[in-house]
Amino acid sequence: MNDQVANPQTPAQEEAAALRPAVDVIEDAGGITLLADLPGVPKEALDIRIDGDTLTLEAQIGLSLPEGMEPHHVEVDLLRYRRRFGLSKELDAEQITAELAHGVLKLRIPKAAHAQPRKIAVAVG
Amino acid sequence: MIYRSLLPRDLFAEFERLQNEFDRTIGFSPSIRGAAQRYPALNVGSTPAAVEIYAFVPGMDPERMEVQIEKGVLTLSGERSPVPAPEQAMTHIGERFAGRFRRVVSLPDDIDAGAVTAQYRDGVLHVRVPRREAAQPRRIAIH
Repeated sequence: MNDQVANPQTPAQEEAAALRPAVDVIEDAGGITLLADLPGVPKEALDIRIDGDTLTLEAQIGLSLPEGMEPHHVEVDLLRYRRRFGLSKELDAEQITAELAHGVLKLRIPKAAHAQPRKIAVAVG
Repeated sequence: MIYRSLLPRDLFAEFERLQNEFDRTIGFSPSIRGAAQRYPALNVGSTPAAVEIYAFVPGMDPERMEVQIEKGVLTLSGERSPVPAPEQAMTHIGERFAGRFRRVVSLPDDIDAGAVTAQYRDGVLHVRVPRREAAQPRRIAIH
């Protein structure tokens, strides 16, 4: 999967600058849970795309600022988040579920049935 | 190298190279106290009527945050709980902030500390500190 980083087939399209959200990625026997911090993003401004084995998160911050506000101190200087991940074959991209609450996205990507661990009973003969 | 596919990092590899060029990390700063001191990221602005503070503090129970104003300084503090990891889980990436946080903002002299409002929406805490009436520019009618 690491080879994807240098994959020449990746489209080198021009993209608007974006913030990179902090994430946690936790794997258990059944699949992967991805948590992404997307403060300021309402549900309708979140875009989760799967293209081949690439997962792209893209989201727009939707703050309503008072008219005529002058910024004094700015740490969040872009209104867009973006981050990409490579998915491996054993993950079942069809079965992804997503929840967004208080600016935290929770994605659950289960492993395909054939990739689930199986316990093999050892018969003592 | 068949065994490589068994390595956990291969399961969820990132496109770091593509990202690095364009992306900026929120609140990155080489502070002696470390990155935690910069959590949450803050934007501060003002209008003639109020000082507006936006704290990017996602996934919080509003009960676990506190906003205080004392001697012209606004303090935002709270605690963000770590994600409970299921049994036998493995963390591949762990970037999200967890633990106690505290940030302070100096306010101008003309604020009305008694009329502060705070609203938490989509993971952003918006604190509005109104300015006192007298400090607002007023148009004087000429008769």
